[in-house]
Amino acid sequence: MDLVTFGVQLLNAIQYGMVLFLVASGLTLVFGILGVINLAHGAFYMLGAYLAYWITMYSGSFALAMAGGVAIAFALGLVLESIFIRRLYGRDHLAQVLLSFGLILVIDEVREILFGKDVHSVPAPTWLAGSIQLTDNLSYPVYRLAICVFCLIVAALIFLVITRTKVGMIVRAGAENREMTRVLGIRFDVVNRYVFAVGIALAALGGIVIAPISTVFPGMGDGMLILSFVVVVLGGIGSVAGAAVGALLIGLTDTFGKVFFPSVASILIYVLMAAVLLWRPNGILGRREV
Amino acid sequence: MAEQAGAALRATNLHKHFGGLRAVSDVSIAVHVGEIHAVIGPNGAGKSTLVNLLSGELRASSGVITIGANDITRLAPDRRARSGLGRAYQKTTIFPRFTVHENVRLAAQAHAAKPLRMFGGAETDIAVRERAMQAIAQVGLSERAGVIAEALSHGEQRQLEIAMVLATDPRIILLDEPLAGMGQVEARGIIDLIAGLKAARAVLLVEHDMDAVFELADRITVMHDGCVIACGLPHEVRQHPAVRAAYLGEHGSAA
Amino acid sequence: MRQRWLVPTILLAMAVALPFVTSTYYVQFASKALIMGILAMALNLVVGHGGLVSLCHAAFFGLAGYVLALLSPGYDPAPLLLTLPVAMLASAVAALAIGALALRTRGVYFIMVTLAFGEMMFFLFHDTGIAGGSDGTYVNAKPEIAIGGYQLLDLGSPTVFYFVVLACLAATVALIAMLVNAPFGRALAAARDNERRARSLGFPIFRIRLIAFVISGAIAGVAGYFAAAQFGFVAPQMLGWHLSATVLVMVLIGGLRSVTGPLIGALVLIALEEVLKAATDHWKLAEGLIVIFIVLALPSGIRQLWPMIFGERADAPAPDVGSRRSVAAAAEARHG
Repeated sequence: MDLVTFGVQLLNAIQYGMVLFLVASGLTLVFGILGVINLAHGAFYMLGAYLAYWITMYSGSFALAMAGGVAIAFALGLVLESIFIRRLYGRDHLAQVLLSFGLILVIDEVREILFGKDVHSVPAPTWLAGSIQLTDNLSYPVYRLAICVFCLIVAALIFLVITRTKVGMIVRAGAENREMTRVLGIRFDVVNRYVFAVGIALAALGGIVIAPISTVFPGMGDGMLILSFVVVVLGGIGSVAGAAVGALLIGLTDTFGKVFFPSVASILIYVLMAAVLLWRPNGILGRREV
Repeated sequence: MAEQAGAALRATNLHKHFGGLRAVSDVSIAVHVGEIHAVIGPNGAGKSTLVNLLSGELRASSGVITIGANDITRLAPDRRARSGLGRAYQKTTIFPRFTVHENVRLAAQAHAAKPLRMFGGAETDIAVRERAMQAIAQVGLSERAGVIAEALSHGEQRQLEIAMVLATDPRIILLDEPLAGMGQVEARGIIDLIAGLKAARAVLLVEHDMDAVFELADRITVMHDGCVIACGLPHEVRQHPAVRAAYLGEHGSAA
Repeated sequence: MRQRWLVPTILLAMAVALPFVTSTYYVQFASKALIMGILAMALNLVVGHGGLVSLCHAAFFGLAGYVLALLSPGYDPAPLLLTLPVAMLASAVAALAIGALALRTRGVYFIMVTLAFGEMMFFLFHDTGIAGGSDGTYVNAKPEIAIGGYQLLDLGSPTVFYFVVLACLAATVALIAMLVNAPFGRALAAARDNERRARSLGFPIFRIRLIAFVISGAIAGVAGYFAAAQFGFVAPQMLGWHLSATVLVMVLIGGLRSVTGPLIGALVLIALEEVLKAATDHWKLAEGLIVIFIVLALPSGIRQLWPMIFGERADAPAPDVGSRRSVAAAAEARHG
């Protein structure tokens, strides 16, 4: 493999890892802070992509698709949390798994009713189309670079909010010791609602962002769900930094796997996960000790 | 006389750190058959960490732990239990939805000849059942054998936990604050029970109740900030200046 | 005491009488339901009795089906006495490998890891060329039970097939009931209810759970074998996690603590699916809503709907927490 191809694949791996990180951070937030395992996370990724298609088709503006898609997903997250998700707090994992599974069935059918079963493609915004010359021999699509930059910005924003703002402090306090913060008068039902909505919105954002470079199809949520779970397992639940490490590892494994071992590329990821678990059962950045 | 016999349980130069925090520093302790060896110290002294290191739920950063002549430092908690180590927890750790009888029967089963037999009802093993009933009788819960564990009073649940430990016929028993949260009357029952335990066993007792400690203990180890600051007979420890300063001084006289 | 045997005996009699009173369609439908019942009971050994939520059991189910497909000679019936044990062994080995890794984790990690490994098995058959890849492959003739060239039972007949499946179901119920009431099952339940205490008593938790997982995988393989034989076709979807989740729903509906509860759950869900499919194209929407409703309103399964108890109670010494008996006992204990 020559240097240019390697460079392209490396950039692809990073870009793929960035989107994975975006989606997985939503998952790890919901799990780390709300203590709820949400299998429907992938369904929101899929929903985001379909919304991106639909809004872009009817308005011609990808920017509107992004804003609209995120807003709709956020609102949906607020509604779902107040009706269903909040009844899962404190319940066992089986209940959470099955309720979110039920949600997947519902979301899938709703999507089929609204958007049909068709496969779509979404055009990238014109100001981001085309390629940019990085070095003498290496040119790379602008849009993919934009994805990387965008995801980095979102990640930085999340980090800043969680660590530097009052809201973030409340969220972290709640994750550490719920009873104490409740005694202090913090309205946790409200905090949980917004955290869940943000988690969902991140998944949808991932779907929106990936739509122009991937096909929008009904089964895309499943693949992303499993991968984001693998990322979270690798990185350790609740750890956003861990999700970043995990996402990058998966991005590299998947991209280079497809180049060198195309027929077993998908399996390589699970081999990686098995290897990591043998070494660290709680994830790379998860808690070490019992 | 207890000193001369080999220690049933011995820890040598135990260290445990969590990142930069030194929870246990260079702690050595030995417990012999026929004695109750109490471990006391203010909150945060490292007593709970020590018990967890001895039972195997925490892995020591360095140091050696032996049962008799066997090195158990690297063994998991269930292997240590099968080597004769029993443990009662500070926070009652039982099977809340099973009856008293089933709780203790399970404990006896763990040390039966075939603990994981896959055929034949569990109730058919008469030896296991009898050992369970004996342990239940020893702690005085025979009347309550058919009651669901979570329906028991706090004191009765502590009794149940001790019955479970006894049913495994351990050579060494680790008792982690057995009197926590008990009223006078309940506590008296448990204290008498503990006094009777040491007959053929080595008992390590972590407790805050000073009256009980000085009544029961044959030897006392005092911990402070993760280190052992004194070890010896009760009256020696009571007069030890470092101990008075670190601990007894805060609570007034323990006499 | 007599009452405990009455209901199961009546049900068994009804099951045996079924092929003689209904059409072939219903016999085949019943076979399908019983096969899913076997799968659900296998899963419950791990979920209800072991306390571990596994999302990869479809992998053991589908793998056995694929083994049958791969071992079936062209258009002739495969020998059941040879191929069924091989299929079960394959599923058991897969369960051993996946369990050995997954059981190193706990709680949510365990769920996610089983999900991931289940998907790995899916991709194994989907992406590589094994047995038709994503297209799947056919099982052209139903297996037969033959000894020395002499055919004893031809599973091509729906009635014979049904009785063979019924026999396997009965064997499964007997096996799981035996395990659950034996010292092994009690230790497994103890590990479920308080892992820390079970370990400190001396039970080897990892080993106990792994054994349960492997047995569960093998039984799931039995179900998968017959499912492939009946349907005549295997495809990667047989290993997919949506199937694993659907079987979990059956377990939830039937109740986790009993041995035969999941069988009831399977019957209910399959019947429900048939009704919904006939009613609307968008039956998945209805099913999703029903699943959500059951999770929220009937956490102990449909047992909450009526007081009659089906099947054996696994933790016979103690009734469930929420039941009136235990609450009354608790009240009595406090005041007595």
